[in-house]
Amino acid sequence: MPQYKLLSRKAACNTHGQDSSYFLGWQEYERNPFDPSTNPTGIIQMGLAENQVNLKLQYGQIFASVFIRASMQLSFDLIESWLESHHDAAGLRQDGALVFRELALFQDYHGLPDFKKALADFMGELRGTKVAFEPDKLVLTAGATSANETLMFCLVDPGDAFLLPTPYYPGFDRDLKWRTGAEIVPIHCSSSNGFQITKTALEKAYRHARKRHLSVKGVLITNPSNHLGTTTTHRELDILLDFVIAKNIHLISDEIYSGTTFAVPQFISVMEALKGRNEGDVSDRVHVVYSLSKDLGLPGFRVGAIYSNNSAVVAAATKMSSFALVSSQTQHLLAALLGDKEFTRNYIAENKKRMKRRHDRLVRGFSSVGIECLKSNAGLFCWMDMRHLIRSNTFEGEMELWKKMVYQVGLNISPGSSCHCREPGWFRVCFANMSVATLDLAIRRLGEFVTTGRAWRQH
Amino acid sequence: MTSGSSEKSAAKDSTGSPATGLGGGSGMQLIVPLQGVVQGSGGIVLGSLIPCALFYVLQLYLKRNRSPSPPPSPSDDGSWETHAISRSPSRNVLSPRGSSGHAAVSSRASSIAKSGGSPYFVGSRKCSEDPYHPIDNPDGVIQLGLAENHLSLDLIGDWLAKHMKDSVLNEQRGLGGLSISRLAAYQPFDGLMELKMGVAGFMGQAVGGSVSFDPSQIVLTAGATPAIEILSFCLADPGNAFLVPSPYYPGYDRNMRWRAGIELIPVPCRSMDNFVLNIALLERSYNQAKKRGVKVRAILFSNPSNPVGNLLSRETLHDLIDFATEKNIHVIADEVFAASTYGNEEFVSIAEVMNTHEFDMSRIHIIYGLSKDLSIPGFRIGLIYSFNEHLLAAASKLSRFSSVSVPTQHLVISMLTDTKFITEYIKMNRERLRVMYELLVNGLQQLGIECAKSSGGFYCWADMSKFMKSYSEKGEFELWKDMLNLAKIHATPGLACHCIEPGWFRLCFTTLTQKDIPVVIERIKRVTYRH
Repeated sequence: MPQYKLLSRKAACNTHGQDSSYFLGWQEYERNPFDPSTNPTGIIQMGLAENQVNLKLQYGQIFASVFIRASMQLSFDLIESWLESHHDAAGLRQDGALVFRELALFQDYHGLPDFKKALADFMGELRGTKVAFEPDKLVLTAGATSANETLMFCLVDPGDAFLLPTPYYPGFDRDLKWRTGAEIVPIHCSSSNGFQITKTALEKAYRHARKRHLSVKGVLITNPSNHLGTTTTHRELDILLDFVIAKNIHLISDEIYSGTTFAVPQFISVMEALKGRNEGDVSDRVHVVYSLSKDLGLPGFRVGAIYSNNSAVVAAATKMSSFALVSSQTQHLLAALLGDKEFTRNYIAENKKRMKRRHDRLVRGFSSVGIECLKSNAGLFCWMDMRHLIRSNTFEGEMELWKKMVYQVGLNISPGSSCHCREPGWFRVCFANMSVATLDLAIRRLGEFVTTGRAWRQH
Repeated sequence: MTSGSSEKSAAKDSTGSPATGLGGGSGMQLIVPLQGVVQGSGGIVLGSLIPCALFYVLQLYLKRNRSPSPPPSPSDDGSWETHAISRSPSRNVLSPRGSSGHAAVSSRASSIAKSGGSPYFVGSRKCSEDPYHPIDNPDGVIQLGLAENHLSLDLIGDWLAKHMKDSVLNEQRGLGGLSISRLAAYQPFDGLMELKMGVAGFMGQAVGGSVSFDPSQIVLTAGATPAIEILSFCLADPGNAFLVPSPYYPGYDRNMRWRAGIELIPVPCRSMDNFVLNIALLERSYNQAKKRGVKVRAILFSNPSNPVGNLLSRETLHDLIDFATEKNIHVIADEVFAASTYGNEEFVSIAEVMNTHEFDMSRIHIIYGLSKDLSIPGFRIGLIYSFNEHLLAAASKLSRFSSVSVPTQHLVISMLTDTKFITEYIKMNRERLRVMYELLVNGLQQLGIECAKSSGGFYCWADMSKFMKSYSEKGEFELWKDMLNLAKIHATPGLACHCIEPGWFRLCFTTLTQKDIPVVIERIKRVTYRH
């Protein structure tokens, strides 16, 4: 009997927001993953790799992968030792007594008060206490993925658009649009000014959206930026605020990398830039998304948050969070961890040191083989300029180079086209999810490719 | 409405056989009217605008035509309680929606934010403001509207106390350890395979071994609530409808309407049938919907039933599947109370029926979770179980928005792996449910209140119609208020569950101790003596 396939349009629209190029790379990585001892000639994972179980693509079935995305592996040991010495928190206890009963039954979408307070305080600390976050304005969700989608449901009706500066995280094409029916219109940024957001670019994007008869509801930025690895400057934040005030639209600042700023200039949250500016009630239209996946390296915990001054947004988002509540056990554990301010301060400081070291090593190494990266001070990745290595200044040229990288050099890095970058030849490379030895090997391989013009491994 | 046209325009499926439209079992097509459009360069705008415009029009139509239906119902759990919005919504929200660019919140958000102002939320609020406690507050409000099972938490607490004594970071998962290296990386969004295996095993134990559930047919989600929403997004387009036998769980109204935009069409069940689904009524509801131009995509039912607690027989399940096959629609079985049965009747999972008959399995989907059967709603573990690989593929993608927290997954894996404990737990829990159920039912009987025959779940479904001043919705509402204000008991009124016969109330007995039962009965007397 033929299989029954009567699914919704959304379910059927498999290709939504997916770029085949980096799935191909990921698949290649899966087939031939690098391992220093068992497979030293395998592909090193340095790129964007989506975690898609049971995903049917044109290239076939792909199963769960080990390495994902920009993941933070530099500072596990710190969290590990904290957990070792804090049995209560992980063991569902408080002051020695088992609080299992309360936690097991706790499913209030307002969240565990202790946890929200600890999270709000932590967010404030990350911003050098220049901004205070109130727990009542925080909505907890199972990860930033869910926070972004929930915020979209709150701010857009199907067919409305949001403007995003390029390059942007490819996952947005899916997370922001899939079920919400929203559209994304890119704000094209260029290398001529280090990919910074300009008033001209914003206006252009807005006009473009209007031409497509899309109602623009807001702008979404990632600060620090994914994929650039830079913090948004004060000037850019002012330009953005001016823009959303003038157009009477929203501004979402996805600040999930805020704790990864390892060098100057300091991270400036949009909430800080908002201080002293409330023309047209703009503070009602500025929202922050946060998560512990990047800053604390705990993506599996699924802890995300929306922060908003807008009570209607908070009310609606809180109810919608029913579909993505954070496990009470996790809230309890993290309330203790985040509440240990000495630990968090030490962790953030130490993590930044390690990241800076790793970042510098990568940048120096790549520079020594003739590849420069955009000057960056945050994030878990670098934005590499490989324009001089592509055969033609086109995206076909970029793809060709990318394929060489994956199949011949054995490095899986993300091509700029997959994140809507307008200029061919830029690639994103992650540095926080591998050992030093692996990084050095990657640099060596790259060097061989560049200098000899030949692949280190003939195909 | 244009619901009919998309059916006919279905593309050929991958095997090349042409669409045959409604009715035929063979040639069921994957409806992908937008796929070709989206892939073309010019089509993106049209491809997104046309359905969006239709969606808009539909929303307006529905808004205008909605009769003064019952206000958004309180759900089982306390998290439905809303605090009044502390300041009035910003003026942008109230500004005319027609003007583009005005930074109002979305219309979805507006209606969701407003929901919860209904009188039924008063009940939940009163419970939290003045909660009953046998010693500290014997005159407080007794909460019988919340489906939490307190009866067997001690068993789980004991297990945890014994097994989490050891190092938290124990690499051996059998001791519930949090292995940091496993925590560090992203894990599959639809859940760890070990947890899928553990839950599949639990489900098998819940049905007494009559079915063996396949872990690879599971997509895990943060609770059954997102499971059902994801299923809705995958099986239906906004504006489509599900047939739901009523009375039904009030939370469905939220789960499927809010964002997925599914209309729920109640199929009234009658007390004379002990509220068991009548296929003839199902047929009638289907035809009525069709006449209105509404496209029905699925039947959704809970079994064991919330609120009634009855079980569906094998025959009824067969009939349901036959009906769905004939109409070419899906069947969604919400079986979250499968292990919480206590009567003499045997619970039959729809999966069991599937095994024994030649049905097209790809239209059957099960919703399950550990919130009810294992009393751990806070940990957020739910799932979709399906026989449809395309559905599973789509659902597992969407599970990224509602993933289960990894440390919790590990904890539960270790618990479920202890099958001896689980068997004991299920057995003891059932016994305790039975005892409490019978105590309450007998107590109510003394007052002249009869309950529907229940064999599972956490509730008595009580007929209090004789105590209403008038046999009407208004009468029921007045009685509900008296229960809350005079008897200081918060119970769920039948109207909240879309029951067609006024006067039925849902009383949860799993938050009570045996000593509380006489207190509850005495309280209810304050109301029954007056009428």
